[in-house]
Amino acid sequence: MSASARPERRLMEGSEALVRASIAAGCRFFAGYPMTPFTEILEHFAALLPDAGGTCINAESELEAVGMAWGAAATGARAATGSTGQGLSLMQESLSEITLAELPLVVFNMARGQQDYFQATRGGSHGDARNLVLAPQDIAEGVELTQTAFHLADKWRNPVVLYGDYLLAHTQEAVALEAREFPPLPAKNWAVDGSTGGSGGSRIVTPLGFDKIGRTSRGQEGNFQYAASKIPEMEAREVRVETGWLDDAETVVVAFGTPAKFVKFAIDELRADGERIGWVRPVSLWPFPYETVGEAAAVARRVGSFELCTGQMIDDVRIGVAGRAPVRFIGGVSTDSSGFGVGRLLEVDAIRARILALHRDEELPPVPGADEHRFVPAPHQLEVTP
Amino acid sequence: MTKDHLGPILDASAPPAEGARVVEPQKPALLLSEQHHMCPGCGEPLALRGYLEAIEDLGLAERTIAVAGIGCYTSFSASTDLDLVQALHGRAPSVATGIKRMRPDAIVYTLQGDGDMVNEGLQEVLHTAARGERVTCILLNNGVFGETGGHMTATSVLGQRTKTSLDGRDAEYHGHPILIGDLVARLDGAAYVARGSVHSAGAVARTNRMFRRAFETQTRGDGFSFVEVLTMCPTGWFVPTAEGQTYMDETIGEVHIVGELKVDGVVRTTAELHEENVRRAAETRAAKERALAAKRG
Amino acid sequence: MTSTITSRGTVTIAVEACKGCELCIPACPPEVLTMSEDVNHLGYHYPQLHPGCTGCAACLMVCPDFVFEVFRFERPVATRLASEPESGS
Repeated sequence: MSASARPERRLMEGSEALVRASIAAGCRFFAGYPMTPFTEILEHFAALLPDAGGTCINAESELEAVGMAWGAAATGARAATGSTGQGLSLMQESLSEITLAELPLVVFNMARGQQDYFQATRGGSHGDARNLVLAPQDIAEGVELTQTAFHLADKWRNPVVLYGDYLLAHTQEAVALEAREFPPLPAKNWAVDGSTGGSGGSRIVTPLGFDKIGRTSRGQEGNFQYAASKIPEMEAREVRVETGWLDDAETVVVAFGTPAKFVKFAIDELRADGERIGWVRPVSLWPFPYETVGEAAAVARRVGSFELCTGQMIDDVRIGVAGRAPVRFIGGVSTDSSGFGVGRLLEVDAIRARILALHRDEELPPVPGADEHRFVPAPHQLEVTP
Repeated sequence: MTKDHLGPILDASAPPAEGARVVEPQKPALLLSEQHHMCPGCGEPLALRGYLEAIEDLGLAERTIAVAGIGCYTSFSASTDLDLVQALHGRAPSVATGIKRMRPDAIVYTLQGDGDMVNEGLQEVLHTAARGERVTCILLNNGVFGETGGHMTATSVLGQRTKTSLDGRDAEYHGHPILIGDLVARLDGAAYVARGSVHSAGAVARTNRMFRRAFETQTRGDGFSFVEVLTMCPTGWFVPTAEGQTYMDETIGEVHIVGELKVDGVVRTTAELHEENVRRAAETRAAKERALAAKRG
Repeated sequence: MTSTITSRGTVTIAVEACKGCELCIPACPPEVLTMSEDVNHLGYHYPQLHPGCTGCAACLMVCPDFVFEVFRFERPVATRLASEPESGS
């Protein structure tokens, strides 16, 4: 893309926009496995990467997709993979070890109806690994954050998850692919290309902490210590958050991703009616904006967490609020009959009603569908087991 | 020469001062240290020497990227003087694929054990072969999970006793072994597939030629190449060290037949391989007898 | 009557690297390796070289511990044996 001409706005689906943004950011390798609602990302990479001089492989499984991306990243290329939550579950061992091997990698999650906040932010995997997680609210922000993701992955030599969903991937918007500028990064002198073979100084890319004989190795424990000490450095510098209407808010709603845009719209409407409600939108899910949430809670009477699941982000909201105000969950399970996509809660009127109930300390309206299939404990489950 | 006429013990602590040349150096140039923690009688270091010398002899060291799996042989990652990416158990072929696609001029090989490649990573090696990725997969097959202490793998043979087949592998209960070299040979993307062993000097020599041919297949860009090496594991086989070679020959080697399974895209049958092995053994015996006769005469 | 054994080659043996697996003993075609009486620092018996080596490197090929380095003499070296009164075959 030339820097001189403004890129023109074109109607395109989110998947295509994220792929074009990746290629603009220098991504030259992608491997993935078809899985709704992520599949179109793979399709667009397959169509667009070869002409950009890159390689896209339809891997035979998610495990192989992340493995191929691992290899590509080890050579110093900007590489990416992705799936939906279920597929990312399959990749978790590799993702955690890629973190220990200090490899940059961008991972797309086009989450299904069940939401994968825990998977994304609690590392998803064994050990202490953390992924940087960016959650765009719409396609335009997705284009921006995808480019940021590739930069942060190289900056920290760590996986970065670009967290989207069915709505983001499958909606079409008019998008202009603005190329972002980033500060320069050091050369990848750790990357392997074969050239140091036989020199006595050959390179190794490994999660195990063992270097070649003759060099100092961290060892497994040392490597864990090293990785652990990197976490607070990323936490201190990569928080991204947006807030609105907080100055005099009595009620603060925290929401992320595409649902957050609905929440913001509903709150704009409630503000027009004079209700003193504000919002906090984490843009980075990890590191989570604990400080911003805490500051908002300090001057509010109550905090609500709106999510399309049974409550995952609410744990982080509670940590940020740290007892300054009561925290209430105002979301609920919301998906369609396939489990992939958008459900009945993702609707401005429904959201506005729940925010208002929170604001008025009233009982929340029932979550659509919640009473249709309810678990009722059986007698043996009511017994206390010592 | 009989043992009755054994001469005195010679001083073998230092090289001859003059009048001699090195025929075989103590260790390959690409090996940073000959010290390792493999068990006495382990066959894996013999394979290590073989493929490292092949890479060196073919002049490929400065373009080779190794991908190592997880097993006893993982410790070789620290002593191999090549650019190397350490992968997870079973996952080396996909990592090798990503590397080769980004660096098509590099020579990329994987080093995996049978537990790694044929248990955990079976689909990875099959798909990599089917795709015809121009990489070389090297399998160290000792029919057992060595590093975890001697458990059955997909290549363990019927009757083989391990900690998870205490009375011997039973077809009814444990199922049958997978002959991975034979399986890979039948995939169209595989150009060169061979199975060798390291239980005798002759076997080692034959396997070393297989390594050369596999790497040459990759340098020519002909497709996927594969060398399976049957290695001794007396510890995992629960036999005395000195019986490792015999156990290999009589047990593992009876099921996983040694030979070039696929050359230039042509698959050879088990019967053909068997015939060749019988012929080679007969030729070796005849040569030995001729040498003995020449000495006596 | 003295007899000599001709050695076309020789080896160096890294005694402290040996793990006593004894694979070299049957591998040696001229059978000029025997295991020692004493042990190295790891507690293993190790191979000893007798005259008659051909420099074929079979021992090196089967040794998992990189114990051997193999040489060939430019001119074969003869080792005299002590006289033996009994007849050989």
